[in-house]
Amino acid sequence: MTPRFRDLLALEPLGADELTFLLDQSKPFQEIQKHPLKKLATLRGKSVALAFFENSTRTRISFTTAAARLGADTMNLQAESSSLKKGESLLDTVHTLDAMKPDCLVMRHAASGAPDFVARHLSIPVINAGDGTHEHPTQGLLDALTIRDRRGSIDNLNVTILGDVAHSRVARSNMHLLGKFGCRITLCGPAMWVPKELEKAGPPGATIRRTTCLNEALEGADVVLVLRVQTERLHEPALSAEEYILLYQLNAERLRRARPGAVVLHPGPMNRGIEISPEVADGPQSCVLEQVTNGIAVRMATLFLLIGGGGEEAPQAAGPAEQPARSSTHAAD
Amino acid sequence: MEIKEKGQLMSAAEIDRTLQRLAHEIVEKSGGTKELALVGIRRRGVPLAERIAKAMRGIDGVDVPVGTLDITLYRDDLSKIAPHAVLASSNMPFGVDEMDLVLVDDVLYTGRTIRAAMNGLFDLGRPKRVRLCVLIDRGHREMPIEAQFIGRSVQTSPTEIIEVRLREVDSQERVMIVDRVG
Repeated sequence: MTPRFRDLLALEPLGADELTFLLDQSKPFQEIQKHPLKKLATLRGKSVALAFFENSTRTRISFTTAAARLGADTMNLQAESSSLKKGESLLDTVHTLDAMKPDCLVMRHAASGAPDFVARHLSIPVINAGDGTHEHPTQGLLDALTIRDRRGSIDNLNVTILGDVAHSRVARSNMHLLGKFGCRITLCGPAMWVPKELEKAGPPGATIRRTTCLNEALEGADVVLVLRVQTERLHEPALSAEEYILLYQLNAERLRRARPGAVVLHPGPMNRGIEISPEVADGPQSCVLEQVTNGIAVRMATLFLLIGGGGEEAPQAAGPAEQPARSSTHAAD
Repeated sequence: MEIKEKGQLMSAAEIDRTLQRLAHEIVEKSGGTKELALVGIRRRGVPLAERIAKAMRGIDGVDVPVGTLDITLYRDDLSKIAPHAVLASSNMPFGVDEMDLVLVDDVLYTGRTIRAAMNGLFDLGRPKRVRLCVLIDRGHREMPIEAQFIGRSVQTSPTEIIEVRLREVDSQERVMIVDRVG
């Protein structure tokens, strides 16, 4: 049975085969990024509403590009110029957008759970582009795709997540995904940013440990996911930028403690010279640019899977189930 | 609604002989095989293209590259099949520009698959020529599209379905005609 998705709100509820399906379905879209002509007509006539209540340039451009390459139109709501500033409630804003009849809503919001709340009130699919400190599902998927392409698989890897894990939705999505494939996860950062509760922040049974010692965290790592340091938050663990760099910057010398061939990921934007040294950021183990390209593929796959259809159930196909489309009466032959 | 098998059109041996003959025809009618390439349309066009290419190697050692094309994203009936659609990757290990391409598929029916395949090919570049090779042509075209290389032409009614079974995909090998009853 082909997995079916109504919304993409979080990776936590998805099983390993659904996650594998999403990664596999992203591969054809990776290839399209290499074509001279990258525009398909697959979603022609469909529109994707983008409601970013929290600032984002990269994710918004990535979703916009993904929609455009599938031939869909976009409707853009940006927080700074939005009616929210005038006191309109989230639900009113979203219902107003919905009344313009988009085919789906891509939403980023500062409050954890906001996309879930909105999905319960709308009949169209909702894609979570990042909600508070909860999840960033497409980021988790593109990270896993990048790791899988570089390492061959995402099974049973030692994954180290470095930085402000406590406030990171990217970390949580990655933990929920990779934890279902037997990965052993090490969280590392100043104590205040890797609280004990995080040991239970992955799937049940997942191995998650914490350490405040970077060298220990890097020993034997196959994957190092470096999180951006928000310098405005450095007062929480009460570290100066220099102290953070001294204790937690991923540089080439420290990276050598990881396994040979270990890959370095960063959700971006990077603070060069703070959480990551320029040498590592630009080095052969860094996957940051592949992550960006894979982000478009993953978002194209997500849009295709959620709104590729007509919205109604496809007619039951008569004939062999392995490729129902080929043997149904309406198959394009 | 039931499916009833009405008869076998081709046995395994007949399929093999037909592919051999098609390989010879394509080489004969290509005036040079330097820029020739086969493109198998997923799914069953792919093993057919590979077998034809292998048969061509037996003819003066002609070595023709084979690409695979998944047309799901180019279909015109996506809204009907999308919840069931499983995308597969296309793989074209050669540039399409200035190439003499032969699309390969198992059954030619309405022609919509070929229309979609051509859209896919032209997204990749500008081929010099595109021709079509099919194992079975069952008529009922809805597009102005014809095959240049045909294994077998079969008269069918709209309720009938041609089932092609290939050992690479189905673990059996034959072509049957089935009918929907009731």
